[in-house]
Amino acid sequence: MTADTALSASALAPAGEASVVGELQGQFGADALTLQDTRTGMPVIWVARERIIEVLRFLRNLPRPYVMLYDLHGVDERLRTHRRGLPNADFTVFYHLLSIDRNSDVMLKVALSANDLRLPTATGIFPNANWYEREVLDMYGIHFDGHPLPKRMLMADNWQGHPLRKDYPARATEFDPYALNAAKQDLEQETLRFKPEEWGMKEHAENSDFMFLNLGPNHPSAHGAFRIILQLDGEEIVDCVPEIGYHHRGAEKMAERQSWHSYIPYTDRIDYLGGVMNNLPYVLSVEKLAGIKVPSRVDFIRVMMAEFFRINSHLLYLGTYIQDVGAMTPVFFTFTDRQRAYKVIEAITGFRMHPAWFRIGGVAHDLPRGWDKLVREFLDWMPKRLDEYEKAAMKNSILVGRTKNVAVYNTKEALEWGVTGPNLRATGLDFDLRKARPYSGYENFEFEVPIAHNGDCYDRGMLRVEEMRQSLRIIEQCLQHMPEGPYKADHPLTTPPPKERTLQHIETLITHFLQVSWGPVMPAGEAFQMIEATKGANSYYLTSDGSTMSYRTRIRTPSFPHLQQIPAVIRGSMVSDLIAYLGSIDFVMADVDR
Amino acid sequence: MTWLTPTLIAVVIGILKAIVILLAVVICGALLSFVERRLLGLWQDRHGPNRVGPFGAFQLGADMLKMFFKEDWTPPFADKMIFSLAPVIAMGSLLVAFSVIPITPTWGVANLNIGLLFFFAMAGVNVYAVLFAGWASNNKFSLLGAMRASAQTLSYEVFMGLSVMGIVAVTGSFNMREIVEAQHQGWWFIVPQFFGFCTFFIAGIAVTHRHPFDQPEAEQELADGYHIEYAGMKWGMFFVGEYIGIVLISALLVTLFFGGWHGPFLETLPWLSFVWFALKTAFFIMIFILLRASIPRPRYDQVMAFSWKFCLPLTLINLLVTGAVVLYSAQPAIGQ
Repeated sequence: MTADTALSASALAPAGEASVVGELQGQFGADALTLQDTRTGMPVIWVARERIIEVLRFLRNLPRPYVMLYDLHGVDERLRTHRRGLPNADFTVFYHLLSIDRNSDVMLKVALSANDLRLPTATGIFPNANWYEREVLDMYGIHFDGHPLPKRMLMADNWQGHPLRKDYPARATEFDPYALNAAKQDLEQETLRFKPEEWGMKEHAENSDFMFLNLGPNHPSAHGAFRIILQLDGEEIVDCVPEIGYHHRGAEKMAERQSWHSYIPYTDRIDYLGGVMNNLPYVLSVEKLAGIKVPSRVDFIRVMMAEFFRINSHLLYLGTYIQDVGAMTPVFFTFTDRQRAYKVIEAITGFRMHPAWFRIGGVAHDLPRGWDKLVREFLDWMPKRLDEYEKAAMKNSILVGRTKNVAVYNTKEALEWGVTGPNLRATGLDFDLRKARPYSGYENFEFEVPIAHNGDCYDRGMLRVEEMRQSLRIIEQCLQHMPEGPYKADHPLTTPPPKERTLQHIETLITHFLQVSWGPVMPAGEAFQMIEATKGANSYYLTSDGSTMSYRTRIRTPSFPHLQQIPAVIRGSMVSDLIAYLGSIDFVMADVDR
Repeated sequence: MTWLTPTLIAVVIGILKAIVILLAVVICGALLSFVERRLLGLWQDRHGPNRVGPFGAFQLGADMLKMFFKEDWTPPFADKMIFSLAPVIAMGSLLVAFSVIPITPTWGVANLNIGLLFFFAMAGVNVYAVLFAGWASNNKFSLLGAMRASAQTLSYEVFMGLSVMGIVAVTGSFNMREIVEAQHQGWWFIVPQFFGFCTFFIAGIAVTHRHPFDQPEAEQELADGYHIEYAGMKWGMFFVGEYIGIVLISALLVTLFFGGWHGPFLETLPWLSFVWFALKTAFFIMIFILLRASIPRPRYDQVMAFSWKFCLPLTLINLLVTGAVVLYSAQPAIGQ
């Protein structure tokens, strides 16, 4: 059913999408726009570089506007063979805009030639374009004119080359052996030195000096290798600079030399608390490319496991969040609960944190005998524990005092910064992709989308407690209505393919052999799937050039924009508020840096 | 043997007693590191250290071995003299303050007329440990911790003194033994001086920098604050100093509000006085640990506001009411 909805979406084009193309053509003329046929489920429109800012601004200011710059990144088009009907381009920059009112998206693409890699900046329209543009500069060497701070984003400032370019090697063995001498070490150290002037910060106030406090990359509350430099006046944060990239592993680059199948374990490690939740957008996206429709049992199993990991991730969040506010005990209890969840996850998938268990066209195994008993045990155990957390920790007056009205932002600001997931819903906007854009059969489940209204740290915490209750409801329904049937789609591109008939037909055996040794060949095209992951909207935008490997895999993660928003929210607060705020965001650095 | 006068023997015995008591306090303090971890484990649904010896009882030895043999690193950018002085003050001041505590009718280090004031003086000196450590470490996190410590101590010492003035007003003495005796004749001061008890307890936690008043350390925020640069035995002295602080405050609470060594069956079995004292003190030590296990940490400005806007007025009212009661009950005597 997933693949079907995707295909029909682009074919029938719901009202929002059809009209936006019309609106754009009406404003800019049909000649200015080139439509690309994709399996992304949204209109993909090529726009000339000179007009891109105009078009972005037009879309931003339409009635029922495209309020969020959901994603912005690039593609190195130089080695792509299947690009008939598309404008000539050596590099492409794409802008993915999201409209809440229309509940639909639009993607704009700009073609660039290798000898003139320049674009005007979009930071004037969407403030969160800032980091995305820096990352494109970093990864492709595309310059954005007028960008407030054209620095590298993920790689070190003195890095040579642009990693996502096709001519940049992907293996360490393709480089000369690494050597570090004293001079080079000094140079590296020097580039890490924080120079406030570079960031437009003053070192002195009128009568006093500011203190610049380097929080991280090793700090107990930074939740990973995350550095944030604070400009302090006493304990008040005047300004701050979040620095990321310490956890960068080049997951997007790796995707370009892994087969479609063997990339699945890498996705597990993007949001490393999300487990199979990370597999979901990837396999759904690949299934759209392949045109696979999975059996309903697969949908149910996937939903159930994804919700298990949502609970698992939220439990870790809850424990660490309360611990960041200073209560040391709850984290031990939430970890006990996570162990209970892992018991089920381990029995079903065979692994704990990173099962890599979803497959293209299905899941790795059928559910084991007795799975229902284990799930039932968990469902009986969890609700009273959640009540206990709420009563003992979340309603504690010190915790309330620490988190109420701390690090507040409203819906408008959240959308401006590209905030999604619980952090967006805490501001009062009912936007949950499981309801708004159901995938994997979420439309068949009964659950509510918890909403809070103040958009402060407290709401973000409470909302997740409620989300866990709703996830339990979904798991309960999976338990009660788990359909019978195969756990793999009967489709030539299902990987690994069903094996039952291989020993009977030589043809099936050959296909099976090729698929297992080379990996499946996905039809050329572009596909996209967005899901409500543990931390917000996570999506995989895949480009296939008709090969066993992806041509370009763009992973849009929720934590990246959430961290970009930090300075806008925390200016004027105390250091302790920042810690509560960091605890309430729910990010993992692997999800930020990829 | 003319030099062996009774006075000299008394002095020697007194010194020996003092050494035994203070050594016992240090050992108690060190042992608390193990007790705290086991108790936290119990309350946090986990085991705590249970591998070394029966029930992990020898964990302390293992920890001490580790600490003694760790590199005693002094950062090159630190102010060396003050850097080394700070842990000495941290442990020393609280240990010395313990000398005013009467443990049993016959045991105690010093019987000072100004016992209570001596404790306040030592608690005041103790702040310098944090200040020196934070300043001499030449580290921004340490400095922030020291800033917090000085502000917090300033706020909490103001009403800590006032909180027990009610007792002083009632007993008319700063001498700890007299305060204990006064409770033997009347009620334990927890009853008439309940608000005094509450505020003194709060201030006591603040003096020891224990959770939730561990603002100067605040692991989640300042990553251990003032002692971030310390290692080895210097760090160990801060560590043991904190536990000695707990023992001290617990002993003080017992002495001032819970009748000291008093308890039933003392007439027949006088040695029970030590047991009562130890049991009561152990109870409060446990409360300290339970507090750490159970509540979050307020923000630093909230801690200050709580001190100035709630505790200080409360102690003042308590003192006023106590004063009025003392004056009123003294009146008939004047009239006669």
